[in-house]
Amino acid sequence: MPEEIFFHVKDCALVSISTGIKAYILTELLDHIREVEVGCLYYHFWARQLRPSFDHPEFHNDFAAWVHRELHDWILAERLNLIAPHEFHNLEELREELINTLEERFDESGDLPWRKAEKPFYFVRSQIVVIDTGKRLAHPRELREIIPQMSQGSIFYHFIDARRRTPDRVDDFRAWLSAFSPAYDDLAMRLANIDPYFLTLTEIRDQLAAVFEDYFEENHE
Amino acid sequence: MNNELLARYEAIVGPDVIEQLRQMAARLKDAQVLHVNSTRYGGGVAEILRSMVPLMEALGLSVRWEVISGDEPFFQVTKSFHNALQGFPIEFTEKAIRTYEENNRKEFEKLEKFLKEADFVFIHDPQPAFLIKFMPERKNKWIWRCHIDLSRPYRPVWRYLRNIVADYDASIFSMPDFTQPLPHPQYIIPPSIDPLTEKNIELPPEEIKSVYDRFGLDPAKPLVLQVSRFDRFKDPVGVIRAALLAMKFLPFQLVYAGGGAADDPEGEIVYQEVLAAAKDQPDIHILYLPPDAHRTINALQRAAQVVLQKSLKEGFGLTVTEALWKYKPVIGGDTGGIRLQVVNHHTGFLVHTPEGAALRIRYLLFYQDKRYEMGQKAHQFVKENFLITRHVRDYLSLMLAFISGNGERIELEAL
Repeated sequence: MPEEIFFHVKDCALVSISTGIKAYILTELLDHIREVEVGCLYYHFWARQLRPSFDHPEFHNDFAAWVHRELHDWILAERLNLIAPHEFHNLEELREELINTLEERFDESGDLPWRKAEKPFYFVRSQIVVIDTGKRLAHPRELREIIPQMSQGSIFYHFIDARRRTPDRVDDFRAWLSAFSPAYDDLAMRLANIDPYFLTLTEIRDQLAAVFEDYFEENHE
Repeated sequence: MNNELLARYEAIVGPDVIEQLRQMAARLKDAQVLHVNSTRYGGGVAEILRSMVPLMEALGLSVRWEVISGDEPFFQVTKSFHNALQGFPIEFTEKAIRTYEENNRKEFEKLEKFLKEADFVFIHDPQPAFLIKFMPERKNKWIWRCHIDLSRPYRPVWRYLRNIVADYDASIFSMPDFTQPLPHPQYIIPPSIDPLTEKNIELPPEEIKSVYDRFGLDPAKPLVLQVSRFDRFKDPVGVIRAALLAMKFLPFQLVYAGGGAADDPEGEIVYQEVLAAAKDQPDIHILYLPPDAHRTINALQRAAQVVLQKSLKEGFGLTVTEALWKYKPVIGGDTGGIRLQVVNHHTGFLVHTPEGAALRIRYLLFYQDKRYEMGQKAHQFVKENFLITRHVRDYLSLMLAFISGNGERIELEAL
């Protein structure tokens, strides 16, 4: 079997690095968003689930959460919250969308750009260490056994980070299952129904485990 | 590898967490790690190292922990540095600088061999920070681990120390809020608690119940607890006021369990103020505990229904982490690391006044189901984020990042 057919189980860990940049008002935030390295955008959009934080689960990126919590502008917070990072081809496009969303709101609200937060927004970037565990899976049914044993880092790498790496911006499991199409299309659809933005990594693992368990149980594999 | 120790952690955090640590450590098995701090016993740094060093060793790393010594004038100077870095103006003299640098020079002579041999040197806090100045030609990586909130330092002292720590290859802070501009990467690694220590280990139910007899508490009344030094920043008088306000609505007892620090002359004054505030209040119990009463504190935390940490200023607040680990929702002051751990309606409540604390005490004592649900969430939150295993993982990640080129994404092949 060629190596590329196997599912390579990987793990990852994230380290956070302070940039020393902070913003108290939205105009500062906008200026910094234009200039910060894209690693910051990755951190504030993608990496929230892999670091010690416990924020409002209804907010999916740090910018939306900060605007909601510190500036109390619900309109901007809701709009920022709708920015789904996997819909963009790269982080520069994501940056552009973020800038546009802020500028549009500035045009609507006179004093908002200068409203001062009590607690600033800290720009942080991340380093992600990806480890190939050496485990290889030859058949989708092996996922049923391995998913419950996966670390949070593995779940993050294969289910969340994958959306930035795969050509169709899907998780690694679906990307791999597509090679067996149409045999596992139903399973792939069930995986697509798990919304990673509302769940912790442990909850995602539990839901993935349940989907694989149910599917292979029903199909007697 | 010390499989017995790893198995004990594995029973708590799960095999996936330990397997990840093994995978990471396997790529560092030839690396030599040296930690240097200024005390072997007492204080948060020593507590963390006492757990971190054996766990790193159990994972197969070669780890050494050295403690610098010093005379009284040296520790007076470093204590004043500590206060200054937290924002208190001090008298900063040439003599203090000479005392500090000279002590570091003497310690360097003792530690030179280890400092040269190690691949990674972690220097904890300002006391040994000057050691780096005696190794200008070093080839290894030096990392300064700052456990202090540096957000508003007394500038003359920080300017002096900044010139020293700027020489390091990286620094580590507990939160982004605690950092200062430095010319190297500043890693954010929050501290942690160890679930296997006396302070956090599971206790038999009879040992938990025994605190009622020992301290004259009423087993029929709910217990609300704050564990803190007698320090104004912990707002002990505000805690008593909050309890008295809440006691008008429902019966419970408050325990404020604290101690003093040998280097804190104000502790006794605050203790007397607290005793005065609690006078003639039969349901308010002030306990003055020795610094090694870890198991007693553990039992009190487990006996309590609700834990308070109503600080006005706080570093990270590991007492909050300890309480959350024991399934207790925490009512905490909206400051420092408490904000990272206490999330309204999830793991507890953030408050700004004694009135706010009183309201939340009433809420949590009234809604038992909610309290239980928040306690479960609190425990899980600490399990995933603030245990020593996560702390070690962050250190391993940092070291792997260094040996792999320090890019944004580091890919390590299968072994």
